[in-house]
Amino acid sequence: MVDTPKPEELIKNIDHTPPETPWEETVPDISPGNFCYPTKKKNLEYLSMPTTTVDEWSPADEEWPLPDNWQQIVHDGFKDLLGKYRSLKIFMDTCVRCGACADKCHFFIGTGDPKNMPVLRAELLRSVYRNDFTRVGKILKKIAGARPLTKEVIKEWFTYFYQCTECRRCSVYCPYGIDTAEVTMMARELLSLLGLNINWILEPAANCFRTGNHLGIQPHAFKEMIEFFCDDIEEITGKKIEPSFNRKGAEILFITPSGDAFADPGTYAMMGYIMLFEHIGLDYTLSTYASEGGNFGLFTSSEMMKRLNAKMYAEAKRLGVKWILGGECGHMWRVIHQYMDTMNGPVDFGEVPVNPITGTRFDNALSTRMVHITEFTADLIRHNKLKLDPGRNDMYKVTYHDSCNPARAMGLFDEPRHVLKAVCNQFYEMPENTIREQTFCCGSGSGLNTEEIMELRLRGGLPRANAVRYVHEKFGVNMLSCVCAIDRAALPPLMEYWVPEVDVCGVHELVGNALVMDGEIERTTNLRFEPLTDETEVEADV
Amino acid sequence: MNAAYLYSLIAVVALGLISYAGVAVAGLEGFFGIFIPYVALIVFVVGFASRIIDWGKTPVPFRIPTTSGQQKSLPWIKHDRFDSPYSTFGVIGRMALEILLFRSLFKNNRVGFSDGGGYQKIYYKWVVWLWLFAILFHYAFLVTVVRHLRFFTEPVPFFVEMLSTVDGIMQVGAPGMFLSGVVLLAMASLLLVRRIALPKLKYMSLAADYFPLLLIIGIAITGILMRHFVKVDVGAVKELTMGLATFRPSIPEGGISAVFYVHLFFVSILLAYIPFSKLMHMGGVFLSPTRNLPNNSRSVRHVNPWNYPVKTHTYEEYEDDFREKMKEAGLPVEKE
Repeated sequence: MVDTPKPEELIKNIDHTPPETPWEETVPDISPGNFCYPTKKKNLEYLSMPTTTVDEWSPADEEWPLPDNWQQIVHDGFKDLLGKYRSLKIFMDTCVRCGACADKCHFFIGTGDPKNMPVLRAELLRSVYRNDFTRVGKILKKIAGARPLTKEVIKEWFTYFYQCTECRRCSVYCPYGIDTAEVTMMARELLSLLGLNINWILEPAANCFRTGNHLGIQPHAFKEMIEFFCDDIEEITGKKIEPSFNRKGAEILFITPSGDAFADPGTYAMMGYIMLFEHIGLDYTLSTYASEGGNFGLFTSSEMMKRLNAKMYAEAKRLGVKWILGGECGHMWRVIHQYMDTMNGPVDFGEVPVNPITGTRFDNALSTRMVHITEFTADLIRHNKLKLDPGRNDMYKVTYHDSCNPARAMGLFDEPRHVLKAVCNQFYEMPENTIREQTFCCGSGSGLNTEEIMELRLRGGLPRANAVRYVHEKFGVNMLSCVCAIDRAALPPLMEYWVPEVDVCGVHELVGNALVMDGEIERTTNLRFEPLTDETEVEADV
Repeated sequence: MNAAYLYSLIAVVALGLISYAGVAVAGLEGFFGIFIPYVALIVFVVGFASRIIDWGKTPVPFRIPTTSGQQKSLPWIKHDRFDSPYSTFGVIGRMALEILLFRSLFKNNRVGFSDGGGYQKIYYKWVVWLWLFAILFHYAFLVTVVRHLRFFTEPVPFFVEMLSTVDGIMQVGAPGMFLSGVVLLAMASLLLVRRIALPKLKYMSLAADYFPLLLIIGIAITGILMRHFVKVDVGAVKELTMGLATFRPSIPEGGISAVFYVHLFFVSILLAYIPFSKLMHMGGVFLSPTRNLPNNSRSVRHVNPWNYPVKTHTYEEYEDDFREKMKEAGLPVEKE
C-alpha cells in the first residue's frame, strides 16, 4: 500500500468524465498494481486445465504466451457458450445502452474508468460477439459496434473481467435484467481456455480439489485449528467442547468456508457456531474432506464449480447425515442456492431438513437439503430456544453489510437482521441505497481479494466504506457485521483505510458473545478476549 | 464518437431523400408503396420469429434470478412476492411489473460526491427522467401503432375508434392533433438529446443507438406533417393500406403526397431493422433468466439439459493422500 494515496486525496481525484479517445481505442493500463498475478502453471496442470505456452509470464509483458490458434479457441469456446446459455445470448442481444447501469458499479464509482461501467464491460465481449456471430456485425463492422478479436482485446478482457466482482448490483437496475456477473463468468471461462487465470483464484481451487479447502489445510491441521478455538472457548466460558470430525451417523453435516478456521475475524464466527451447536446439543459433525464452503470454481468455469462442489453431497452421503447446515459465506451460498442441486443433484441421502430443536421443517430447502446458518439461528431465536444477553455486545454499535451473493442471488435479508437485533442492543442500518438488494460489494469478491491490486480494491470498496463512514459519524457505529468469509478478509483493510474506527465481524461472533450457555462461568471478555466494558455493568446496575 | 450519430443522421436523411425522390421524381409508387412494405413485413416476421425461436431453443442451464427482495424461507418472515418470486404467479407479477411499468428502470438513481461533515460523502439521488422518457415513449408508440389499425381494418374496430377519440381529446387544430404522436416525437427527441448531452451516455453510444431514434423521429415528423401540414388524402391512403392488408395491393389513382411514401418507407425500414438490432429487446425482455424464473431453486430442482459428469477428487483419493496423518490425529478412516 506504499504508493496508495491518502484517502482524502484518492476520493477527491475520482473523475467520472469519460476520456477524449473512444473506448475502442483506449488501451488499458496494464502496469503493476492494475492486474492480478497470473496463475502458476502447476495449478492449471493439477486441475487438468489449458495452460499458457510458457511457465512464467506477466500481464505487463508485451507479448502474451498464447497458443498459435488462440483466436480459433476463443471463437469456438464463445460459440459453445452461446449454444449452452440463453442468458448469454439474451444479454448480448438486448442491451439498448440506456445507461441505467453506468454508475451502479462500485468499481466505476471508485475509479471513474468508463470500462467499469457495466454496459461497457459487457460491450468488451459484445463487440466481439457482433463481429463473429451476427450478420449486421459482419457486414457493417465498426459502424455496427463490431470489432475483431485481437490480442489487445484479450488483454482488455483480462484486465476488466478481473475488475468485476460478479456482485450483480447492476442487474437490479437493468430493465432487461442483464447480469454482468453472468457476462464476466462467460468471459473468464473463455480466458481460461487460453490458460489465462489468476493465481488468487486458481491456487485456492487447486488446494480445494486436493485437501478439501482453499487454504490447503490438511485434515490433521484442520482438526487442530478447531480444537484450538475450543481451548479459547473454554477459557472464556469455562465450557469444554469437543466437536466431532468425519463422524458417520451424525444428523447434520456442518460446512463453512475454511477462512473461518484460518484468520480473524472469521475465527470468532467459527467459535460462535461451535458454542451455539454445543448449547443446543446439536448432533452434528465437521468434515475435513468437505472442509470448504466457498467455491472458487464459480470464478473460473461452471465445470470447475461443479468439480469442487461435488464434495458436499458426496460427503453427506458417505457420512449418512440427514441434511447439511452451511455457515456464513457469500459466493458459497450463490453456488448452493442457485447451482448445487442442478449440478450435483438430485440428492441421494438424508431427508428434508428439520430443525431438531424447534421442529421447523425447512421446506425452502426441500430439494437441496441445505440450510443457511442464519435461517437456522433465526428459527431458534424465534422459538425462544436461546438464552441471550445482548448487553455483552454493548461495546459495539453494529451495522450490517449485506453480502452481494446472499442478497442478490438468494434474497437473504431479514434472517441475519433478526439474529442481529436479538443479540445486540445497538443496531443501525446504513443508507437505503447501499443495503439489501442495493448493497455494495466489499470490492474484493469473486477472487480479487489479492494484495497486488490493493488500490483497486480500496477504490472498489469505497461506496461500501463511505456508507459505513456515514453511520459511524452519525451513530458512532464501530462494528461492521456480515455473513461472508471474503468480506471478513476484505473489509478489515478497507475499513483500516477509509474508516479506521470500525471493525469487522461475522454475525455468529455476536451470537457467541450474547449466548448464555448452560453452566458457563461469568464471562469477563468477549470472544476476542477484550474485556466486557465497565460501561455495560454500570448501565446494568442503573 | 461524433461519427456514431452523424452516420445515423446521414443514413436517415438519405433514406428520406431516396424515398421522396423515388416517388416525386421517378414515380416509383409501386416500389415504395407495395414492394418495400411487403418485403419489410416478411423480413420482420421471419427475422423476429427466428430470433425468438433461436433464443427459445437455447437452454437455461441454471436458475439465476436476481433477487431484489426477501426470499421465502421461514413462515414468519414476510417474503417479497414479486421481487423474489417463489411461484409462477409471482414470476408473472414480476414480469408484468417489469414489462408494463418498467419497474427496474424506476429504481434508477444517480451517484454524486459532496462535501459534508468533514469528509467527502457519496450520495445517491433518485432520478425519474430516464424512466419517464422511456415509459412515455413506449406507450405513445403503442397507442400510435394501435391507432394506425384504422388504416388496415374495415369496419374499424370500436377500440381503435375509442382510442383515437381519447388520443385526440386535446382538440387542437383540425383535424385534431393526436397526443400520442406529439409525445412520441417529444420523447424520442429527449432520449436522443439525453444520449448526446450526457457525457457518459454519449461515450457508450453506438450508431445503432442513434439510428432507430432518428428513424422514429423521422416517422413521427412525417406523420404529423401529413396530418396537419401537407394534408394528404386520407381516403387514398386507406385505399392503398387496405389493398396491402387484403393482399390486393394497388396504387390509388390521383396519387398521394410523396411525404406519405417517406413515412411508409421509414416504417418499413424500422420493421425490417428490428430483428437485427437492439430493438429485439421487445422480445428479449420476456426471456431474461434473471427476471423470469422463480427464486425457489433449493426447493424445486432445476434441470440442466447439458449437465455432464466431471472429474472430481473422491473421498477415497483424499484418504489415500492423507491416511497416515488422519490416523495419527485420531480422525476416522475407511481403510486402515
